[in-house]
Amino acid sequence: MSGKTSKRAKAAKIRDVLDTEGAAIESNTQGFNDGRYESVADLENYEALKDEARTIKEDAIERLPELIDKLTATIEENGGTVYLADDAADANAHIESLLDDADADNVAKSKSMTTEELGVNEHLERAGVDVVETDLGEWVLQVAEEAPSHLVAPAIHKSRAEIAELFEDHFDPDVPLETAEDLTNFAREQLADQIAAADVGMTGANFLTADSGTMALVTSEGNARKTVASADTHIAVAGVEKILPSVEDLQPFVELIGRSGTGQDITSYISLLTPPIDAPTFDGDHLGDPDDREFHLVLVDNGRMAMREDDDLRETLYCIRCSACANSCANFQQVGGHAFGGETYTGGIATGWEAGIGGEEAADEFNDLCTGCSRCTEACPVKIDIPWINTVVRDRLNRGDDPGAFDHLVTGLTPDEEPAGLDLQKRFFGNFATVAKLGSAFTPVSNWAAAAPPSRWIAEKLLGVDRRREMPTFTRGTLRKWAKGRESPADPEREVVLLADTYTNYMHVERGKAAIRTLEALDVDVHVADVTESGRAALSQGMVETARDHAEDVADALEPHLDAGRDVVMVEPSDLAMLRDDYRRLLPEETFDRLSTNSYEILEYVYGLLENGADIDALADGEGEEIAYHSHCQQRTLGLAAHTEAILDEVGYDMVTSEVECCGMAGSFGFKQQYYDVSMAVGDDLAEQFTTPETADRRVVASGTSCHDQLTDLLDRPATHPVELVAPEN
Amino acid sequence: MNKSPLDQFTTSLGEIEADWTTTGPDSLESTLTGRIESPAVGVDMSIDGATLPEVVETEPDPETIRTAATGITPASLAIAEYGSVVLESDPDGSELLSLFSGTHIVVLEQSDIVGSMADAFGELGPRLREDRGDAIVATGASATSDMGALVRGVHGPKDVHVVIVES
Repeated sequence: MSGKTSKRAKAAKIRDVLDTEGAAIESNTQGFNDGRYESVADLENYEALKDEARTIKEDAIERLPELIDKLTATIEENGGTVYLADDAADANAHIESLLDDADADNVAKSKSMTTEELGVNEHLERAGVDVVETDLGEWVLQVAEEAPSHLVAPAIHKSRAEIAELFEDHFDPDVPLETAEDLTNFAREQLADQIAAADVGMTGANFLTADSGTMALVTSEGNARKTVASADTHIAVAGVEKILPSVEDLQPFVELIGRSGTGQDITSYISLLTPPIDAPTFDGDHLGDPDDREFHLVLVDNGRMAMREDDDLRETLYCIRCSACANSCANFQQVGGHAFGGETYTGGIATGWEAGIGGEEAADEFNDLCTGCSRCTEACPVKIDIPWINTVVRDRLNRGDDPGAFDHLVTGLTPDEEPAGLDLQKRFFGNFATVAKLGSAFTPVSNWAAAAPPSRWIAEKLLGVDRRREMPTFTRGTLRKWAKGRESPADPEREVVLLADTYTNYMHVERGKAAIRTLEALDVDVHVADVTESGRAALSQGMVETARDHAEDVADALEPHLDAGRDVVMVEPSDLAMLRDDYRRLLPEETFDRLSTNSYEILEYVYGLLENGADIDALADGEGEEIAYHSHCQQRTLGLAAHTEAILDEVGYDMVTSEVECCGMAGSFGFKQQYYDVSMAVGDDLAEQFTTPETADRRVVASGTSCHDQLTDLLDRPATHPVELVAPEN
Repeated sequence: MNKSPLDQFTTSLGEIEADWTTTGPDSLESTLTGRIESPAVGVDMSIDGATLPEVVETEPDPETIRTAATGITPASLAIAEYGSVVLESDPDGSELLSLFSGTHIVVLEQSDIVGSMADAFGELGPRLREDRGDAIVATGASATSDMGALVRGVHGPKDVHVVIVES
């Protein structure tokens, strides 16, 4: 694909970021993420607050044109000016004219992602204005001439020692700077003089309220307060999406933003400023009249009003830039925003922002780092479906400039609905069901061929499948074939239809057999569905239309079973997540609701059966065997890890569980040449937890197929699905 | 076990490592005297019977504000579950005095403590719409982790001390 970084170059870039920034990023983001869990646990009404925040944002974006008008009128009434800038050039030209009017040569800024987006600093420096960043992290980056790597903690990729070295080189201080306190004091003193000398204080705004003209600034250092108070002229630059109807609407955000981001219950300062502010000015050697203060708000469109009209990108505008999606992301925790981010924005939501502001291509380089594991969706305080935004943008990138483009000749040859130019790697993994079907039919030739060195070489060259990965082994004979003609329980309590996913049907057939034996032992009559592929593989490659085709096939195949009163049971959590959640985007609402409410993960279902009186003695006895269990990322998001753990415990296994939320494989992600290193880096944490003296000899148990593959690669001992541990012998 | 707003507030202050004292209006002056590190600046309190110690400069110039060791300003509201105080911004310079000093002493009337953030915004909404003023919800000291470890006292005060005036 022309114009794109090659897979090999991308792999090299990621390896470099992993080596130079990975360690600092990992300890910081994991600290934030742990802090989030702790902090939100203290909040009695956490879920209700998130719902409230979401509702407020939905309403505000819906009413945005009206709110812009209202805010403008309010601020003008308060004595300020408002300018609505179409794009970066427009905003920068206006800001420059405001500085001219104020006769300003020096600007002190508090942290603002929107001014990063616009390139305000570069523009003003070209115009001969001195600009100083006063947030310590931003200042470090200004000195180092680097870009932020994180929405909230922009210099998160730098260690204390690296900052000390930077200051030594740049400032040659009289006394050596060693501790964090030394560095902070040094920075404060440098900045105090520059803030005092500034003619203009420039801030962003986390929120703006249309009813009072108040802006909320969320900070901990106090630099925003100081930049506003020290200069007579205050310029605020904010995206139009920051407007809320009223002051009261701020409350849920104030309670959620710090907790969701860095795990602080609340930051030191929530400044509610209704500028021009009421503090007296610093006027030489005496305090001046507060009425001498001036305020100018620059509201920025820069693509946002178009995002508002875009059904898939609109949700991005609900983002409050707390960084929860970055901190909760296993891949981000390894590489940070310099790999997982665009020109300005970083982390999972960056795809929405960059695509909305700069077009889809602006997200091309990093969009694939979202594996759709969904761990960010419960972390996001405004409940944005971040994986979906990433999927949609991936789909648009696949399609290129012509969204309707289909080459019918090629479409006839490949079983998907994707454009001719689609990357072969994506096509291969997105159509894995077909690969599996063929592979299974031709075993053992296919296994031998997949493992043979020339074939691995071809797979890497052509498809970008990393040669260090072992391709899954196909089995001759599918689960469906095995299940056919089995005798049903004589007097079944219930009937289910097992949707055997591609892996369970063609490769990990043992877990399918175990699922059926388990269900039958609990007096359940099991039918096996005629479909295998849920569409997960296609969706993860951004092949939305192909995924929709699969979803429709699944619905068609399952509906007669549902009509017959059967529940749907699934083994693979990522496929269950399709039915439970992703199908809302792919199928008519009624069909989605029906599939979603009637589908269950195998051990969730077993748990339900036992709760309703089924006899646990029908299951295998764990006999105190020591196991180490890793639940699957999407299983965690669905809230289903506990069911498996409860049953394994109940039947008598001695279990430890992993704290790592994602194994790093994430379907096909870890197979891809360009992401092998980050995948293994994510997996290392899991490997570490399962190789301690306490866990090293335990049997490894995992619920997801890709977790299984990853663990097998990481540990050199096989992994087993939990249902195989509870299934009775036939 | 329902704690009183005062108890809940002081518990929260403990959690964020902010000091606090309770006092009566008449003894505010002596309470402050024991806590002040000079040079000190402050704004006059609008609490009946309460005065600031003589040593506190109430009409400081910019240089005095920038170099003060202690700043004494009122809070109009406090939020028990967070240990937050709502600082004022007024022509007397409360915002400046609360921000530039090394130690900030916040004077709060006990009756102004509300329970929750929602309670606080219930009061702040009508107030900001009415007077179009400013309010700083301040929780503990100024802080940063940008230099590799948590450090208190960055651009704002390093220590915060809340004096609660009993009603």
